[in-house]
Amino acid sequence: MALLDIRQRSGYLFLGVVVAHVLLISAQVNSKRTGIPILETVAFGMFAEVQRTVSGAVSGVRQGWSGYVSLRQVRAENETLKRELAEARVSLQQQQASVARARGLERLLDLRDHTDLRTTAATVIGGAATPDFRTITVDKGTRDGIRADMAVLAPAGIVGRVVVPVGGSAKVQLLIDRNAAAGAMIERSRAQGVVTGEGDERLQLENVSEASDVQVGDAVVTSGIEGIYPKGFVIGRIESIEKNGPAYKRILVRTAVDFSALEDVLIVVAPARDEAPAKEDGGRPPAPGRAGGDD
Amino acid sequence: MKTAGVIVAVAAALALQTTLARFVIRGTVAVDLGLVVVVYLALTSGPVTGLLAGALTGLLQDALASGILGIGGLAKTIVGFLAGVIGTQFIVAQPLPRFVVFFGATLLHAVVFIGLYVVLDLRKYGSPYAGVTGQALGNALVGVVAFQLTELLPGAIERRRARDRTRIRR
Repeated sequence: MALLDIRQRSGYLFLGVVVAHVLLISAQVNSKRTGIPILETVAFGMFAEVQRTVSGAVSGVRQGWSGYVSLRQVRAENETLKRELAEARVSLQQQQASVARARGLERLLDLRDHTDLRTTAATVIGGAATPDFRTITVDKGTRDGIRADMAVLAPAGIVGRVVVPVGGSAKVQLLIDRNAAAGAMIERSRAQGVVTGEGDERLQLENVSEASDVQVGDAVVTSGIEGIYPKGFVIGRIESIEKNGPAYKRILVRTAVDFSALEDVLIVVAPARDEAPAKEDGGRPPAPGRAGGDD
Repeated sequence: MKTAGVIVAVAAALALQTTLARFVIRGTVAVDLGLVVVVYLALTSGPVTGLLAGALTGLLQDALASGILGIGGLAKTIVGFLAGVIGTQFIVAQPLPRFVVFFGATLLHAVVFIGLYVVLDLRKYGSPYAGVTGQALGNALVGVVAFQLTELLPGAIERRRARDRTRIRR
């Protein structure tokens, strides 16, 4: 009877639910860095299957229609060519990263091929459940060797990192998420900084020394300093610079990846052989004389 | 039966949201279908259903996103409860009042959600005003259209059946 009366006591129920939420939040904030909450993993794991089903159904209808109206052979050939083009672009980026890095001081120390990344392709099967977060769900998970903090790439550049891998799928935090960050450097001047997500298609470049040479249009690449993203991969281009005296007040970077058109991505399952020394080198600030004089 | 309906509505909204998010992820103006469903249920079923639907939707969204579990749940619980109270205390049966409720609910949700993240120093929000206003307009528009459709469609079907019966008699 008491339970039946609870509908009449909506105020108490409201208070109880609010208190429960506050306790839940408090528990997590106090132990924020201990790992992934079980509820999150279980809920995500279950819902990923729903996303897979919905995505599969939508893709099935779209593919059925496309297959009906277009020539199947031509379409298959087109898909193959697209895949080959995407692989070639990633390969080209790796080559460009190799060239840029070889021009630095490290060329005297290490001439080994440092971009032999081992990647696995994954398909995007869902987006974020709330517009306040920028995440996607991909169809590869722990069964495919995917682990947390693996870098995710697209042919155009860096996409983000794996945050919650479960059996057959994984949640990827996009670089544009407000909680995302990556070590970055200006490709031309080698000036270092950190890019952080703004929630839209732009990133903010922070922690840039006022002595650094930064110009609008400069390409921004990963520095590899955080140990997640491979060094030398494209992040975007400087869109605007606000200065406060000699110091940089706000530097905005337009991402190279079109996050609205992500369908297939590459997950870096094994870093390059020499990533560890690269991280150490990437942590060093550039010598003042190097800025702008690298090329 | 009603509980099952609430769960189905919330699950459908989240499934649709995650599917659509793939295509509008770059845009700053987005619709929070979970919030729309919570306010809709609160207005049609009262504060208890509103707060429970809000807690369920918010917790699920928190669990599916990369955020702190409970912040979205708390925000949507408050919004669901207050929207339910407004629905029982005032006549919210016309598109304009409904638009105002959906718009205000989105603003309140943003204040609680963003406010908690900022106060707890968990996320940074540069200038969220444009994004929140855009989302409030989008949510209000979708909410009002959802109300109109659910109210008009059954009537339209009945009218068509009645017209068909009249034709057969002639």
